[in-house]
Amino acid sequence: MQQAQHTAPDSITPVAPRTGIKLVVNGEHYLHTGDPDMPLIWYLRDILRLTGCKYGCDKGDCGACTVLIDGDAAPGCDKPMHKLEGHRVTTVEGLAPDATELHPLQQAWIAEDAILCGYCQPGWLMAAAGLLARKPDPSDADIDALPNLCRCGSQPRVRAAIKRAAKAMNTKDSA
Amino acid sequence: MTDSVRLSRRRFLKVMAGATGALIVGVGTVRAADTDLPLALLGDEMTQLGPYLRIEPDGRTIIGARDPDCGEGTHTSLARIIADELDGDWSRVTVLGLGPEVTRANNVVHWRYGHQRSGNATSIPAAWADLRQAGALARWLLLQTAARHSGVAAARLQCHKGAVLTPNGRRYAYGELVADAARQSPPTTPPPVKRPDQYALIGRGAGDVDARAMVQGHSRYAIDHYPGEMLVAVVRHCPWPGGSLASIDTTEALKVPGVEQVLQVKPESGQPLGHTPIAPGVAVLAQDTWSALKGFDKLKLTWQPGPHVDASTARLRDEAVKLLDSEAEPTTHVRSDGDIDKAEKQAHRHVEATYTQPFVAHATAEPINCTARVDADHASLIVPTQAPQQALALVQRLTGLSPDQIDIQVPRTGGGLGRRVDHDFVAEAVMLAKAAGKCVKLMWTREDGLTHDFYRPMAVHKLKASLDRDGHIIGWRQHMASPSALAGRSTPADRLWTSEVDPDALPAGLVENLDSSWYGLDSVLSRGPMRGANNVTNTFVVEGFLDEIAHELRRDPLELRHELLGDPRMIPLRGGGALDTRRLRAVLDLAAARIDWKHPPRNGHGLGIACHASYGGYCAHAFEVSVRGERLIVHRAVCAIDVGRVVNPIGLEAQAMGGTLFGIGTALGQAITVADGQVQQHDFNDYPLAHMAQLPHKVEVYAVPSDAAPGGASPVAVSSAVPALANAVHAATTVRIRRLPLMTELLRLL
Repeated sequence: MQQAQHTAPDSITPVAPRTGIKLVVNGEHYLHTGDPDMPLIWYLRDILRLTGCKYGCDKGDCGACTVLIDGDAAPGCDKPMHKLEGHRVTTVEGLAPDATELHPLQQAWIAEDAILCGYCQPGWLMAAAGLLARKPDPSDADIDALPNLCRCGSQPRVRAAIKRAAKAMNTKDSA
Repeated sequence: MTDSVRLSRRRFLKVMAGATGALIVGVGTVRAADTDLPLALLGDEMTQLGPYLRIEPDGRTIIGARDPDCGEGTHTSLARIIADELDGDWSRVTVLGLGPEVTRANNVVHWRYGHQRSGNATSIPAAWADLRQAGALARWLLLQTAARHSGVAAARLQCHKGAVLTPNGRRYAYGELVADAARQSPPTTPPPVKRPDQYALIGRGAGDVDARAMVQGHSRYAIDHYPGEMLVAVVRHCPWPGGSLASIDTTEALKVPGVEQVLQVKPESGQPLGHTPIAPGVAVLAQDTWSALKGFDKLKLTWQPGPHVDASTARLRDEAVKLLDSEAEPTTHVRSDGDIDKAEKQAHRHVEATYTQPFVAHATAEPINCTARVDADHASLIVPTQAPQQALALVQRLTGLSPDQIDIQVPRTGGGLGRRVDHDFVAEAVMLAKAAGKCVKLMWTREDGLTHDFYRPMAVHKLKASLDRDGHIIGWRQHMASPSALAGRSTPADRLWTSEVDPDALPAGLVENLDSSWYGLDSVLSRGPMRGANNVTNTFVVEGFLDEIAHELRRDPLELRHELLGDPRMIPLRGGGALDTRRLRAVLDLAAARIDWKHPPRNGHGLGIACHASYGGYCAHAFEVSVRGERLIVHRAVCAIDVGRVVNPIGLEAQAMGGTLFGIGTALGQAITVADGQVQQHDFNDYPLAHMAQLPHKVEVYAVPSDAAPGGASPVAVSSAVPALANAVHAATTVRIRRLPLMTELLRLL
């Protein structure tokens, strides 16, 4: 029986460590090895399949793709991936502390039935999350300043939901 | 086993047992019954389930919602209608959106679920007419089964929240009964539906059934689907209406990593797709959206302008005014009551005005998209549509497949507004999928959505009211010029007016001498239906003009309307049915009472009111506004609405609030204009949707209690909002808004 001859190679070329853009999405670490110019929205939607980040306008005008970047609300459509190295991104899928519990904003949205067609609501939720992080007790003028758009006319319920959530979160904090 | 109960000559209810012991109740057509749906086809997968209602042995209740939900709340309200008749436990209900399904018998195709359309406020009335029966039959079967199990006569048993209760307190959960109930012989005639005093869910509020999934980002719209081996096709169309592709160089685009193909979208000349030709376009097909967009930037494209380089909406408006001022014969005499010429001669005085409304775009929240895979013997599509059956018929025509080889999924949709009854994008997706030989997700950019819409037509109205010595309106001449939304859709020329003017629109039937005429215009822009249809454009004009007449006469606008409506009576409508002036007056007075019409504010705020009836519903709006600098502030918005019995008050409030804000949001700043042959608006900067700060903090919705059969609400609440707002602006500023967009006109005239 003949055995294959194994000879040791003269030299070993080590595989280069994978390079890419490191970021944290909803608490998990990712390495983006694709096009560094890819906007965050398409990375979230097409690559990670986090489709709660909605496509609306491409220009940062409508707020449908709003996510939190290091806690601040921002549209995902005008942020190329190369600017996100080392940053923390939260999408609506990661808004709640865990899979079984809803965030107070999500609870308030359900309580106020701030839905209608529902397409723009994840963006509103994330914009509201950014607002409440800055201003736990927002005024009407603060809410007015949110840049998001809704074609169905859900705005009054969105306003009520933000106030309801703020109240719930402040009560919980002081308790 | 299967069994059926005949509902009418053509429709019947079907009872089936699921393999897990579930009770299934569906609706079919008589011819389909002849072929007898094989149980195997139904399967036990919920996603393959056809029928309306399925109760599992563990008590879970799955209800199919046949009409698409584009934000009208139909998934919730249709399911509530069935669940109420069933006396089901709402907390155990799951709602499943149903795609269009067909059955074939003798080569005749039958729609399995009957009505499947979102639009024109038809979902609720259609459901009221037949869906209740499905719930009632299931309840009857469960009741009979419980009677056998308990030995207590069915008449002495009660159903409550998913269980049958005996007089001595014994409780049979539906889940325990379903296996036997499915084997129970159904009655020979449909069991009676409930009396209103027996309703347990109808009339009580329920939040949206999809709310939890939505706020978690788990609700998947058509655009959120990623079938295996799918390519994203980003398509852009020729910016010149009537133009064409002059040259294309794909070399650089094809070098972009991820880009696989570049395909042209060609309008099939002389062979309209659906009813509407597709604009020529170019599609970049790539493995992901970004690669496709990037590929687009590398394309070298030149477009040929075509014959309409000089087209402009400013010129079209001038043409309309000239036509209306001329003695030219109208395209159509829509309605002629009494003798308008005589009334005008006899009149003590006249009031005249011209109103102009621009083209507007739908701008639905979810951009245009459609996913399609077309094989030799099968096609599957994911379509955000308001009219699944029409989508299926189009796919059938384009592929040559038979309807049972076509599978269409209709997920919850991000806004319809009338845009998604036209299926140009479905045709594109099918053509691209066929050409690519792969599953393709067609995506339009927002810019293409705004520049290649089926716009609500521009409209110019010229009005002349004749008043007698006592200030009564004795004559009403209303001439309108617009490019018909039906043009180019195989509608005969003498019917083109039907999308533009409603012969029953008020004040028809209230003024003795009336002339309503329509002048057809031509436009390079494609037109189509939009939420509320011509009621919206017409009511803005009529209710604004009535306000003008009241001010001319120094009369209270509310009193003038009271006088016009006269004694409570039924006015027969040419389109069928009748207008109940008592119901119209009731919403008008309710809105007036809530805005405190009798005590107008003295702080520079103004009140405005308007009312309207359409789709069998009645609605009135009242606003309180002020203008500070260049800002219009809406302090209060009141909407009083009567759409018959309210199925879901929370849903109705959403539709009334949404209709109000859709109406005023559109009117405030939106206009599509054409200059030098191209649409000038490309994004939300130049086609502004209303921001939070421009809208009222609250829309106070008041529903008039009613025993009338329930009607749909979505389009009803739009029409009177804009004139009420414009009338309030006049009260606050004396500026009369006769031209939209409202803010442009207000700032011009202030």
